[in-house]
Amino acid sequence: MSLPEVTPPPFAPPYPTRGGRFAPKDTVRVKKGAAPGHMRTPFYLRGRTGRIERICGDFPNPEELAYRRDGRPAPTLYRVRFTMAEVWGDGAERPADTIDAEIFEHWLEAADAP
Amino acid sequence: MPHDHHDHFHHEGMSPSGHPYRPDNDQPLTYWQRMEIAVRELLVEKGVTTAAEINAQIAKMDARNPAMGAAVVARAWDDPAFKARLLADGTAAIEEMGIEPDGLKLVVVENTAEVHNVVVCTLCSCYPRNLLGLPPDWYKTRAYRSRTVKQPRAVLKEFGLDLPEDIRVQVHDSTADMRYMVLPRRPEGTEGWDRERLAGIVSRDCMIGVAVPQPS
Repeated sequence: MSLPEVTPPPFAPPYPTRGGRFAPKDTVRVKKGAAPGHMRTPFYLRGRTGRIERICGDFPNPEELAYRRDGRPAPTLYRVRFTMAEVWGDGAERPADTIDAEIFEHWLEAADAP
Repeated sequence: MPHDHHDHFHHEGMSPSGHPYRPDNDQPLTYWQRMEIAVRELLVEKGVTTAAEINAQIAKMDARNPAMGAAVVARAWDDPAFKARLLADGTAAIEEMGIEPDGLKLVVVENTAEVHNVVVCTLCSCYPRNLLGLPPDWYKTRAYRSRTVKQPRAVLKEFGLDLPEDIRVQVHDSTADMRYMVLPRRPEGTEGWDRERLAGIVSRDCMIGVAVPQPS
């Protein structure tokens, strides 16, 4: 597993949040499941491990909004950073380059979860 | 001189100025075009909105353009306290400059001597439209969206940006609620420039991260 360095920003998220389950610098894995219908978790990141770069805030769940429900209680949204080595393996163009993506809490699990 | 053509060179299908004729768009409407017209006309008929309101909204979007982002970048280069506020809460900082975010949740990511940022949306075409206007067509292509997360350096090289090995490329995939703008590095040789002149070297592509400002 190849993990990126993260330097979480020295300011609080500008959007309200209940705090969430994870904190900046935590190591997390994107769940492998597939939701039917609309989702905002890109396929290429599922099963990959990265680190929380920052908490963005709590936002209505897009998987619910897509079907005209209110998406509440709003799950916490995180920016998660991955190394190219972790995402693309030997196919990485430069292994230490990184990708940040916004991932909702229900798509994340602790990296040491079974 | 591109329009200086000799009279005896007549090309089939070319206009008198030497350009190919563009085919008329007289094919039938697509399913989604018909849908848009039907829904719009129904909303107007039922009094939910008016044609004037729709035109005003289109004019508002058309008035947004990369110059607004360039003014934000120039101020950030020139005003360290503003830059700190911009990085902490992009939306509040642009509001301060009189720009209406209209729901835009802006995250500004800063290029440094160690990190170069580039923005993409692999899922669709998320873009800070309310600040920079509509995205360029290439931003929405499958090629840019799929390749930027896998071979960002190759993509940047095609844009003419050849980054040294010791700079980390940080790709931002706009997958959810935030929208991203790159704060480029202020180039050397711009000391003493006023904000207007600084803004003049900040192109749209610099704020997406596929170019860097060049002092001219």
